[in-house]
Amino acid sequence: MSATASLAAPFQSMGRYALLMAQATRALPEVNVYRKNLFIEMVRTGIESAPIIALAAGFSGAVTTVQTAYQLVSPLIPNTIIGSIVAPSMILELGAVVTGFILAGRVGARIAAELGTMRVTEQIDALEAMGLNSIGYLILPRVLAGVIMVPVLYVLACFVGIGGGILVAHLGGFLPAAEFVEGARAFFKPFDPVFGAIKATVFGFAITSIACYKGYFTRGGAEGVGLSTTQAAVTSCVYILIADLALALLLL
Amino acid sequence: MIQAENISKSFGGKPVLHDISLTINDGEVLAIIGRSGSGKSVFMKHLIGLIEPTDGRVLIDGVDIHTLSYNELRKVRQQFGVLFQGGALFDSMNSFDNVAFPLRTFTSMTEAEIKREVLNCLSMVELPDVGPKLTSELSGGMQKRVALARAISLKPRYILYDEPTSGLDPETSNTIDELIKSLDRQLDATSIVVTHDMHSVLSIADRVAFLHIGKLQWVGSVDEIHAAEDPLLTDFVKANEYQIGNPDSVKRL
Repeated sequence: MSATASLAAPFQSMGRYALLMAQATRALPEVNVYRKNLFIEMVRTGIESAPIIALAAGFSGAVTTVQTAYQLVSPLIPNTIIGSIVAPSMILELGAVVTGFILAGRVGARIAAELGTMRVTEQIDALEAMGLNSIGYLILPRVLAGVIMVPVLYVLACFVGIGGGILVAHLGGFLPAAEFVEGARAFFKPFDPVFGAIKATVFGFAITSIACYKGYFTRGGAEGVGLSTTQAAVTSCVYILIADLALALLLL
Repeated sequence: MIQAENISKSFGGKPVLHDISLTINDGEVLAIIGRSGSGKSVFMKHLIGLIEPTDGRVLIDGVDIHTLSYNELRKVRQQFGVLFQGGALFDSMNSFDNVAFPLRTFTSMTEAEIKREVLNCLSMVELPDVGPKLTSELSGGMQKRVALARAISLKPRYILYDEPTSGLDPETSNTIDELIKSLDRQLDATSIVVTHDMHSVLSIADRVAFLHIGKLQWVGSVDEIHAAEDPLLTDFVKANEYQIGNPDSVKRL
């Protein structure tokens, strides 16, 4: 590949991604046709991911509690500080980011592998040849499911994460549950969960749209599918980090 | 009627098709033959707008399909049934659902009507009992026949076959050839068969188009093929007939 082609490649990639999303948006009026796929994807992205999200969030909340207690609790600082740190950490950062990273691996990789396999076995060509809008049929439901279900999973992650923190604080003898909650409420701002939900929505879009893009434009055989799957997971994680910082700078 | 006018196609600056003009008349079976990599499948995909030409145009009933909006093009595509090289069956569905898919998507038929129609299509390809089987449980030949049942489920005007007999044993290839002939009669469709299997060509085609390195080298009726003087075509046919072990045909050449 020439130097010019190498320089142009990322811009071509971004252009193709933007065009794909524009075509998916144009299929929105037909979403009723694809509603069965939308419900299937909502279950696969949302319901089936709930146990692993709950597990990861619960442990994140518990570990944050133990580490906060280890670092901050002293005779000069009230114990309620643990709740004041753990709850906003889950709501502002960990709830959305933990959910995003897990879904980048679990959902992003699955979507890229599915669409990639469909591409290399001509199943996508078969859909188009029948006269079906393959982007509307395959991509729109997956991206919509991500945008709808990731905020729901974020809420679950926050509840389970804070719950895990309360449980460990209580069982570990750091502070009683009531004091944890008192600390959490003391510094609660109503905008915090709104900010977390906005982040989760953006992450949901990034994970599913990047995975769809990588899968839809897969080339080659099994190796191409493997490459798309890896790229989908890694690229989604990078974009989650970038979006996390950008949204914090923009909205906080 | 399908007309391809001066079709050229390049991928990344590399030419694949050069100035191909070809008319496919209603009701005929046209075989597009040529060596692997000669551009047969790429040309076929141009006919339904799956690939856009670098130059030239494709007219269906006089309408240039590349001037149509995407939604108009989708309506045109609904007149086609396509059998892809690997079958392209949806592996998340069983055989019945694969064949039912176009009916559920594009018609307002009831489930009872769909069931009847699917069984009818599966019977036409002589596989009435495979409905509940996953596509991965079927042999290569059976997958192609189920894919053919799916391709004909909407009773298309045009049926495109991309290497329908590649990778199949001679007996299964003969079965597929017989199916193509019988479907052509039953559906009164126009068929375009991309293949490098001369045995199939001689058995099913009315007319033959020979592509060589992306160029249309020769077009004629199947009866004219043995009298053709094009050395590239002669070599191709000869090599094929040696392969299928037909000494009489070789002698004729």
